[in-house]
This record gives sequence, structure tokens and C-alpha cells, in this order.
Amino acid sequence: MFALPEVASGLLCGFLFGFVLENAGFGSPCKLTAQFRLTDWSVFKVMFTAIVFTAIGLTVLGEMGWSQASAVFVPPALLGAAALGGALVGAGFAIGGYCPGTSMVGAVSGRADALVFLLGLLVGTVVFASAFVSLEPLTFAGDYAGGDTLGDVFKASNWVIDAALFVAALAIFWVGGIFERNAGGAITAVEAVAGASPDSVK
Amino acid sequence: MHNTSCAIRPFWAPWFAGLALGAVLLLTFVITGHGLGATGFTTRFVAWLGLQVAPHATLANDYLGGMAEDGHPLSSWITWQVLGVVLGAGFAAWRAGRIRWQVDGERTLGSPRRLAMALGGGLLAGLGARISAGCTSGLGLSGAATLSLAGFVFLATFFAVGLIASRLVRGVK
Repeated sequence: MFALPEVASGLLCGFLFGFVLENAGFGSPCKLTAQFRLTDWSVFKVMFTAIVFTAIGLTVLGEMGWSQASAVFVPPALLGAAALGGALVGAGFAIGGYCPGTSMVGAVSGRADALVFLLGLLVGTVVFASAFVSLEPLTFAGDYAGGDTLGDVFKASNWVIDAALFVAALAIFWVGGIFERNAGGAITAVEAVAGASPDSVK
Repeated sequence: MHNTSCAIRPFWAPWFAGLALGAVLLLTFVITGHGLGATGFTTRFVAWLGLQVAPHATLANDYLGGMAEDGHPLSSWITWQVLGVVLGAGFAAWRAGRIRWQVDGERTLGSPRRLAMALGGGLLAGLGARISAGCTSGLGLSGAATLSLAGFVFLATFFAVGLIASRLVRGVK
């Protein structure tokens, strides 16, 4: 039933993923939602750095002749579905304090509110499944025919797209740094662990 | 016990955490051909839970039925990956003295209000992630790393609506 390589690779990739997310501070709803208040830009900075690193890595591996580089899973360009899903996950993040993955990190670092967020996630999935017959068209909404990747749309090579994203990442660090200095600095681990709970001292 | 703050280790610098996250994501693509995720598991967990509580309704459901029909909806790579996330995040938090039992957000919102908002936020995120067939990890991060349009569109509306919603609704601060 469970092939050993699958168990091992799942546990390995997941362990490293969780280890990095927690060390980035992404178990803290205060720190996560501070991105939307523009006072702590860690979410933008970490996500964009990772996206650029992996994108360049996949491009390099492809150039080096690793045949699987072009076979990695690219989500289909169902842009209406992606836009609507992104909007709902963004609203849920601002209201609930987490996204699905980070709520798992929050829960194991002792946050009861993250467990409740996870419970809400299950309820939302049940709501979707119950209403699937009427919601199904939304999951195919906005199918873009011009290709699945940025390279297809802008008729550019992956190198050009990678370079543009690298510049965008630098801009995010620069602009984010200005906002963070004006807000008195990013949220520290001590502040995040104290949390927005009654006995916390800031 | 009263002052544990000196034992709390700082978070990684964002550039370092970002490079580390990129390395993990690239490793995942090289090993498995796809990226990292989260709601792939919670969806399968709902299918599994459904089989225990209401097997007929679950198997008859157009969305969950296919996942549940072999009787082992949890038998999937994503289940092990999520178990890994829990272990890895727990290890990191324990090692750095960052585990603390709390309702985060209680001070600014009060406990009942904070928990109600967490439940409502989770519900919206769960619904949204099924419509887009992916969440911030699966579609936003992993999708954008393959330079996919859907990944970047997801991130754009995710951040735009998050910015607006955080101004309309007082959340955790």
C-alpha cells in the first residue's frame, strides 16, 4: 500500500518544510497578518525568495539536461478558479490569522486558535463537497487558452522571467525594509511567542 | 518560569529562510516531480472522516466519493508530507523555546471572538482552496515556482483581498 520511497520522501520533504516555516516565524498569526498591515514583510520576502530560488533551480536543471525539469507539475491556467480561490484564502488569512499550511505550524507551537482554524478548514471542505454539484463550474472558471506559464504569455524564455522575478524580489526587500523601519521593525520571536494573549508583555 | 524570553531563539532572517524554503521546494520537485502542499491532506482527511461517520453519503458524494472508493483516502504522499510538517515545525519550535500554549489573539480580541474568527477564516480558506485546487503552499508557492500563471494569479488576489480584509476586519495584532 505504502511504497517506502513515498513514505520516506513525504516525511523528509514535509519535515524540512515545517522546520523552515517555523524558523521563519510563520507559526505566529501576529507575524503572518502583519504582512497585510504592511508592518512586517517576512511573508513577501520569504515566499518571493523561495519562488525565485526554485524557478532558477528548475531552469538550470533543465539547461543541464535533466529531462524531468520540463515534466514537473505545472497547474493548469484556470485563472478564474485561481483568482476566486486566492481571494477566499486571502480573506480567510486576514480574518483567521493563518493559511492552511501555517495553521499546522501554529498548532504544533501551542496555539489553540490554529487548531480551531484547522477545524474551520475541514468544515469549509465539507461545505464545498456538499455543494459540489453547483460549485463545480467555478473550479474550471477562466480557462486561459494562451498557455500555462508566464513564459507562454510574455513569449519570453524562462531565463528572462527568472531575471524579472529576481529584480522584483530585490524591490520587495527594499520597499519592505522601508515600511518595516517606519513601523519600528519586524515582529521578533519573543513578541511572537508572547503572542496577542492577555499576559503578554510587549 | 517567569522570564523565559532569554531562552527564546530569534527567527531566521527572511532572506535565509527564503533560500532554505527554495532549497526544500526544489528538492521536492526533483524527488517527486511536484511541489509542497497542505490542503491535499485536509481534503483526504475529510474523505476519511466521512467514511467513518457517513460512508454511504461520502461514497455517493461527487467530490469525495472518488477519493474514498478504494477505502484508503489517506494513503497518499501528501499525508506523509503533512505528518513531516508537523514533526519538523514541532522540532524547530521545541529546539528554539518557541512552544507556548495559548489562544493567540486573545489580548486584542478576547478569546471567544478570536476563536470564532479562526473558525470562520479557516472555513473561507478551506472553501477557497477547493475552488482553486490548491492553497498558499500548493498553488501560490509551488505553482509560482514553476512560473505558472495560475500560481501568480492566486498570489495576486490572495494579497489584494488580504490587504483589504485586514483593513475592514480587526484581526490578530
